[in-house]
Amino acid sequence: MRLQQRQRERLIRGLIGIALISAVMELVARSGMVSGAYLPPLSSILSTAGALFVDPVFLEDLTATILAMGVGLVISTLVAVPAGILLGSNETAFRLTRSLVEFLRPIPTSAIIPVAILLFGQQLGMKVFLICFAAIWPILFNTIYGVHDVDPTMKDTARSFGYRRLRILTRVVLPAASPYIYGGIRIAGAISLIVAVSAEIITAAGKGIGTFIMRVSQTGGEYQVIYAAAIIAGLLGWLLNWVLVRGEIKLFRWNPNLAGGSR
Amino acid sequence: MTTIVNKPVAQSPARFAPMRHVGNFFTNWGVLAGLVIVWEIIARVIESVYFPPMSQIFQALFENYLTPSATNVLFMPDAVGEQLIPSLGRLAIGYGVAVGIAVLLGVFIGLAPKVEDYLDPVLQFLRAIPPPAVIPIFLIFLGIGDSMKILMIVFAAIWPVLINTIDGVRQVPQQLIETAHVYGASGRRRAVEVILPAAAPRIFAGMRIALSIAIVVMVLSEMVAATNGLGYSILFAQRTFRMTDMWAGIILLGTIGYLLNLALSLVENRVLAWHRNSKA
Repeated sequence: MRLQQRQRERLIRGLIGIALISAVMELVARSGMVSGAYLPPLSSILSTAGALFVDPVFLEDLTATILAMGVGLVISTLVAVPAGILLGSNETAFRLTRSLVEFLRPIPTSAIIPVAILLFGQQLGMKVFLICFAAIWPILFNTIYGVHDVDPTMKDTARSFGYRRLRILTRVVLPAASPYIYGGIRIAGAISLIVAVSAEIITAAGKGIGTFIMRVSQTGGEYQVIYAAAIIAGLLGWLLNWVLVRGEIKLFRWNPNLAGGSR
Repeated sequence: MTTIVNKPVAQSPARFAPMRHVGNFFTNWGVLAGLVIVWEIIARVIESVYFPPMSQIFQALFENYLTPSATNVLFMPDAVGEQLIPSLGRLAIGYGVAVGIAVLLGVFIGLAPKVEDYLDPVLQFLRAIPPPAVIPIFLIFLGIGDSMKILMIVFAAIWPVLINTIDGVRQVPQQLIETAHVYGASGRRRAVEVILPAAAPRIFAGMRIALSIAIVVMVLSEMVAATNGLGYSILFAQRTFRMTDMWAGIILLGTIGYLLNLALSLVENRVLAWHRNSKA
């Protein structure tokens, strides 16, 4: 009961906070303290966002970004999970690849954008390549960690039941590591959005939310369109995370360590 | 029934310890060196314009960044003054400001749960907006100067630190704070000497994430709108088809990222040394 009450209090306060800040923004914009062209009132930004949702041109860009993210995430998972399982279970393989991983990882994905443009032009392939380059790491590391962290007693028990190595892998190790792997996919999802939009902003060609924003800003469009598009991009990220979290709750009901309260 | 947690691993006797270290060193870096060599061989065989041999890339790196300049007053290599220092400067200022503001705000918000309740939805929303989508907005407001890039870095890097600081402060045991209060520590002293150190592990975790974000945003902002800097030089090299310079820049950037992360971990280990010992 107390928990519910506290949660309700938080909800109400949160809504009040949103309302207050929205009101402040609206006032600041309308009062003319900041030039009206630069910071349009919140109401007009929101109404523009609504208009964008039914604009076919924007929807085309939006789906292009989502498509790149989806394909990139799928490929990243298909590459990173097996690699992670291999590296997580085999100490030698892990040590051999450590230096390579430690060197590749700090390279900012944005630095690779020119390479991607060279190899793939400016369309979907480039974005998918970049997304894979960035999204593989969280999935890989989480898989390695998850596989590494499997309780040895479980594996030994399975072995004492006569399971061969492959069966232990699929029946014991993978299910035990899957919450971690899923966590990595969640992080990769957020990264994929950022990388997709980054690539679109640099090339400002093809389709995508980023190219939409660049197009509008470079052809002297109204600023509220740009703000609205940025907000929609944020909503996309939030929606992706929400979907993945609900999936996590559904898939991992059996797990006592459910990451329900993590941000 | 005892659980075997760590199966004993056969290791060479202690007197061979130095050799073991050397052996580890070789496995760690040997693979990297091996890959460099493989690249060199493949690049020379394929002769693709896009993938010049490593030796040429290293040569470009050496010429641009390690050869003293004839024109510069301090004999600094050309590229260091034009690309490296502006980039690192913006990064340092942006990151520093972001961490400073985030920790300050985070401590205040963390200590006042009601304030956090009010602000939480808005913070979560702002954090969800992908930084690249905001770059054009900053571009409009601030043009292509340094302030745009620095503020962009601040905007992007502030969230992980802020949220982690709030979390870290919130989970400081109330007993700790009240004990300090009973001992007569003023509010400021409590904050600096009790709460901050207790929250430090979480804060450092946020700082590590923020560092990676800051580097990415720095490079991004330099690619979109700049006239100098590492990101700019990489993109410019690609557009003018100077592949060796492009790859040289990428490798340099990776190295810098690696070194900065290393530096942060060293600082973290130093600062949190007491924490490890007391909670281990």
